[in-house]
Amino acid sequence: MSGYWIGIITILAINIVFAYGIFLAVATGQLNLGGAGFQAIGAYSAAWLSAEMGMPLYVTIPASILVTGLIGFAFAFPILRLKGVYLVLGTFAFAEVVVGIIINSDALGGAMGLPVPDYIDWPVPVAGAVVAALICFYIMSTRLGLVVRAVHDDDVVSDLMGVDVRMVRVAMFALGAGLAGLSGGLYAHAYTYVEVQTFNSALSIYVLLYVLLGGAQTPWGPMVGAAFFTLVPELLRNLLPQMKVAVMSVFGVEGAVTPPDESWRFVLLGVVTVLMMVFRSEGLVTRQLVERLSHPFRRRSSNATQKEAEA
Amino acid sequence: MLLVQQIVNGLMVGSVYVTVAVAFTLTISILNFLNFTIPTLFMVAGMVGWGLAYFGLPFGLSGPLAWPLALAVGGLASVLCSLLVERFTFRYMRTRHGDSTEHAIPLVSSLGFLLILENLIRIFYGSDSQRFPGPSSDLTAQIGGIFVRIPQLVSFAIVMLLILGLVWMMKSTRIGRGLRAIAENPDAASILGVEPNRIVPVVFMLTGLLCGLAGALFAVNYGEVSPQMGEDIGSKAIAGMVVGGLGSLWGAVAGGIIVGLVEMLTIHFFGADAVQVAVWGALLVTLLMRPQGLFGHNAIGKGKL
Repeated sequence: MSGYWIGIITILAINIVFAYGIFLAVATGQLNLGGAGFQAIGAYSAAWLSAEMGMPLYVTIPASILVTGLIGFAFAFPILRLKGVYLVLGTFAFAEVVVGIIINSDALGGAMGLPVPDYIDWPVPVAGAVVAALICFYIMSTRLGLVVRAVHDDDVVSDLMGVDVRMVRVAMFALGAGLAGLSGGLYAHAYTYVEVQTFNSALSIYVLLYVLLGGAQTPWGPMVGAAFFTLVPELLRNLLPQMKVAVMSVFGVEGAVTPPDESWRFVLLGVVTVLMMVFRSEGLVTRQLVERLSHPFRRRSSNATQKEAEA
Repeated sequence: MLLVQQIVNGLMVGSVYVTVAVAFTLTISILNFLNFTIPTLFMVAGMVGWGLAYFGLPFGLSGPLAWPLALAVGGLASVLCSLLVERFTFRYMRTRHGDSTEHAIPLVSSLGFLLILENLIRIFYGSDSQRFPGPSSDLTAQIGGIFVRIPQLVSFAIVMLLILGLVWMMKSTRIGRGLRAIAENPDAASILGVEPNRIVPVVFMLTGLLCGLAGALFAVNYGEVSPQMGEDIGSKAIAGMVVGGLGSLWGAVAGGIIVGLVEMLTIHFFGADAVQVAVWGALLVTLLMRPQGLFGHNAIGKGKL
């Protein structure tokens, strides 16, 4: 495989792990807009253990999960009293505070960043992505997954039915934070350098968009979302100049055309986001779609179609 | 004396935050919608104003004193963008799905608009910061040993007048009563004859207007605009809004000024690197200790449109 594809596969795997981390919070109805903060904690704990303490890989990566998970747990208890807009703002503020603390801390290299001595090749992030996906699929297929869905759909009724709503939310949030930390640890070792500017608010926004546009109803959603929004921009990198040439030739301009600005890719991402929210706000992959694809030949009774029409 | 000077500076910086924070709090209190395009609208006003002043206005209107006109057009651009956002985020978002993350839908599309507007500006104007050809910022007045820049003082006064007008509008006009009715209970309001489709765009127009004004004041006062200028101001305005209390106009005013003061005093005592931690820490502590903020009431998020 060429270096180009190895780079894409590595970042794709890291994005999938990251998206699953946010997915676990979103699946309980909590929008976590602080993803970059958790990834930064994971990346910096792995980088610090590796660079300053000389710890090997099999210590640093579990440590990045553990540290981030614990911080997520400690943060989730107070912050999950908040709902809706307040929660979004609280998680967003958390990420900003984490980044601000890292910039001001000399031990973590401040704005300069930390070099990481150990390098991991692409199989490790891919293995991480597979493990994260399996964990999420397993959780969502158990009784806990059912409870998570109930809490997402109606927390008051779940509470009445004896579900400990707060506990479920805190547990899923902390677990998600752990996965986001894992993605950070993988990032630190795959790029052998961590820099605080990477973990900006745009990253938190992108990862939340992966999950919501992919669909938060099933564990397929984050994977599809992350894959779509990692691979499509790469395709557009080649496709956009060709499109511009085609458009220009319609207007009668031939020959050399300056390649379009890189920013057009993000404009397209924004347009896709807005259109998705108008036409399919549940995300690309819905529960219905998964059911239909997993039983392609089952004839649906009129009762089921009626239910779907209502839903 | 230096400390008093810093406090005055904080008040002046705060007036820009106040304007943006009021825009945020208006959409949140009435529509329960955290509008992430607001910092971008602010940036659009400043950048379009700069572009027109720099590349020249159409119809041969360019002259040495064309910058106020350019900024006015920039503000208009921000109002138009805001109405566009309304058309595509809010009008079709009447809860189709019984879903507890449904408040996320307009929020996510506003994130989409953030990407669109910011990158379009980058494509057409580049991503460097630009010097705005405004009035010279050396116009200072000295009051008892304290230096005050005249443009900043004027913008502070404009902002305060505008907010007084806004409070009056919300309290006493037909539109304001309709908006408050929608904020409290959209269903009852529409039964009683408030038409959401006609009155919701008013919120977005006001948002665009406030952001346009803030962008123009920022361009004049600091003499510098860039496609990134919205991020910093936006985050501080959000912090101010939360500290003051979501949904309260005077809370947003107080919060914006508090954030301005915190920023200046942090720079004074700890240096510029600590500002981010101080401002966002204030937000986080407020959310944890007193989520309704200093002046807010805890009814936000009850009424849904």
